[in-house]
Amino acid sequence: MNFLNRHIRATFVAPALVFVIAMMIVPIIYTTYLSFHAWNGSARRAPEYLGLDNYTRLLTRDPRFGDAVARTFIFTGIAVGAELTLGLGIALLINGKFMGHNIVKTLILLPMVATPVAIGMAWLLLYEPNIGALNALLRGLGLPPQDFLGSASLALFWLAVVDIWQWTPLMALILLAGLTALPEEPYEAARVDGASGWQRFMHLTLPLLFPTMIAAVLLRSIDALKTFDIIYTMTRGGPGFATETINTYGYIQSFEYFQLGQASSLLIVFFTLILAVSLFFVRIRRRWGAAL
Amino acid sequence: MKNAPFLKAISLTLAIAFAFAALLPAAPTTAQDNPLTAGVSDKFAGTELRLIFANHPWNNTIQRLIPAFEQASGMSLRIESYFEDQLSQKLQVGLTSGTSTADAFMFRPLQEGRLFAKNGWLFDVKEFAAADADWNWNDFQEAARGTVTFEDMIFGVPIVTERQVLYYRKDLFAAKGLSAPTTLEELEAAAAALNDPANGIAGIVMRGQRAAAVTQFSSFLYSFGGDWVKDGVSALDSPEARAAYEYYGRLLREYGPQGTTNMSWPQAVAILQQGKAAMWIDADSLFLNATDPTRSSVAAEIGFAPFPAGPAGSQPYNITSWALGINELSENHEAAWEFVKWATSAPVVAELQKSGNPGPRISVWESADGLAGFPEEYAEVAKLQSTRGVGYDRPRVIGVGRARDIVGAPIVTAIEGGNLEAALKEAHDQFNAFLKEDN
Repeated sequence: MNFLNRHIRATFVAPALVFVIAMMIVPIIYTTYLSFHAWNGSARRAPEYLGLDNYTRLLTRDPRFGDAVARTFIFTGIAVGAELTLGLGIALLINGKFMGHNIVKTLILLPMVATPVAIGMAWLLLYEPNIGALNALLRGLGLPPQDFLGSASLALFWLAVVDIWQWTPLMALILLAGLTALPEEPYEAARVDGASGWQRFMHLTLPLLFPTMIAAVLLRSIDALKTFDIIYTMTRGGPGFATETINTYGYIQSFEYFQLGQASSLLIVFFTLILAVSLFFVRIRRRWGAAL
Repeated sequence: MKNAPFLKAISLTLAIAFAFAALLPAAPTTAQDNPLTAGVSDKFAGTELRLIFANHPWNNTIQRLIPAFEQASGMSLRIESYFEDQLSQKLQVGLTSGTSTADAFMFRPLQEGRLFAKNGWLFDVKEFAAADADWNWNDFQEAARGTVTFEDMIFGVPIVTERQVLYYRKDLFAAKGLSAPTTLEELEAAAAALNDPANGIAGIVMRGQRAAAVTQFSSFLYSFGGDWVKDGVSALDSPEARAAYEYYGRLLREYGPQGTTNMSWPQAVAILQQGKAAMWIDADSLFLNATDPTRSSVAAEIGFAPFPAGPAGSQPYNITSWALGINELSENHEAAWEFVKWATSAPVVAELQKSGNPGPRISVWESADGLAGFPEEYAEVAKLQSTRGVGYDRPRVIGVGRARDIVGAPIVTAIEGGNLEAALKEAHDQFNAFLKEDN
């Protein structure tokens, strides 16, 4: 007991430390180790040391990787951009008290709590080009039916639509929290000075809300970069490789090709990319001097 | 209520007596008399076997027969079942880490067989197979035996076989005065004649997803005279392969429904079930999806035809889709073999096939019983196709997943009507590079 009492600080930190080491540090070190080797899980053949070969191959000789990186960022850009715009709109709409505002706030959260795989299956049915609901609707309106996920050029966009549908509520929720926390005084001053609603939005709401928006975009971007479930359940990266992102490619490399070394190097590069994106946003926020 | 314990005792005695009475008529059929378990040894009585199966009709049927085996052998069987993708991943993760406690499992020899064998995860049953003459390894179709043999080792025993077949709508064909196509030229003509986008009916539907389409495309490749590999190098640059890709792509592009490039079999068969396609070409093991009235709105109108002949004849795949393997790490190799041997014995395979599970045994296919489990029209086609065809429906390599993605990419390009020449050239180069590494 005395020992524990004397090291009371270490004692309280220890469980968290053990958890972080066991569940995060060790896997990262092991993945890094594997990323320099070729291994397919064989019990008979130990991992074979390759040096940087996995990395040079990924960066110079694997066109699928470069394409996947580009697609990952395009997907994230479309999804998070739309979510931010729509989320802001919704947050402004439901900010303040009106009849049934609690019900509305609960209802818009529903897409967020659904399971991604179930969402993928449901949207797969909606998108089905021949017997699906969306094309039936388009035909009914006299519009040309779409190939949706069967279209190599647009499949990624249709996947982003699903992400937008699911995650706009989260964006709206964060921005709503930010809106409620805004101070009243500047608005009163602006009103006294005769600023219009648009001017107040452009020169007060947006700048004041900016730190919140950065935080929301950071959260969503990291998530969107890592999107896996809806892509894998809906297209498996197809048609061809038209919707393959870094994460789905990493999954296929490890669990379908069993190239565990190559997959590890890919995941390390991906990890670095996400880290870079996070640091980028953290810096922006710091520059704007707001703490959140 | 003083008499309660007494009454209880009486009723218990009566209950036991009745239970025994119920057993009496069954008593004469002991294990040795039951034709399904004749020859099962009770050497391993008391052993508990752990088995991992796929959610597959074979599994459902064998579970019905297993109590008889348990009774005859004195072993108890513990079975876990998974969907096929999860099964594959569970096995790979368990076997990689050496933590798998399964004694035997179902696996797909063409998909995972060589990888598993190469990694030392599968027990070589060659000596067992040779020792049991009654069980008769030679009664298995040659292609099925070849599928589970690799570098002089027998790494599993075939249980389910599969062939490609043409499903067609008899009513639509009759309305146009057409008969089932026998050549690929007739197939295309029929698809063109029946394609009716204005009324939402496609001439034909097949898989178009990159990797999923590979197996169904294989019969087209072989029937055009092509193959994946010739003399150890990629044969994707041959004119025959090119013609096959071109044909498959054109068929789906011109006469297929919308969005085929995102279709595996469940999406494709849904189109047929909804009456939105005149033909569907896929594995015969999926026939219930087309002919079961609870699943298909056109069940009564479905006809079957053998795979049409191409320039090199009719060369559909005829493969072993599932096999039973014994875990190298298991401590019960012999007891596991006792089960595998029973589950693949002629009487059990006959029983399984009667329940609609096409098996690997020649003697069963030749018996009347062997065809009784299939729709009448299909039985003829199945019997014809069981004797011919190519024993693999995807490249026979170790890294099958990767190979399928490489050779499947040009299928998507062909369907989209893109630059097939360039796609094939790229696939050819990648496939050659892959083949060099695949060891």
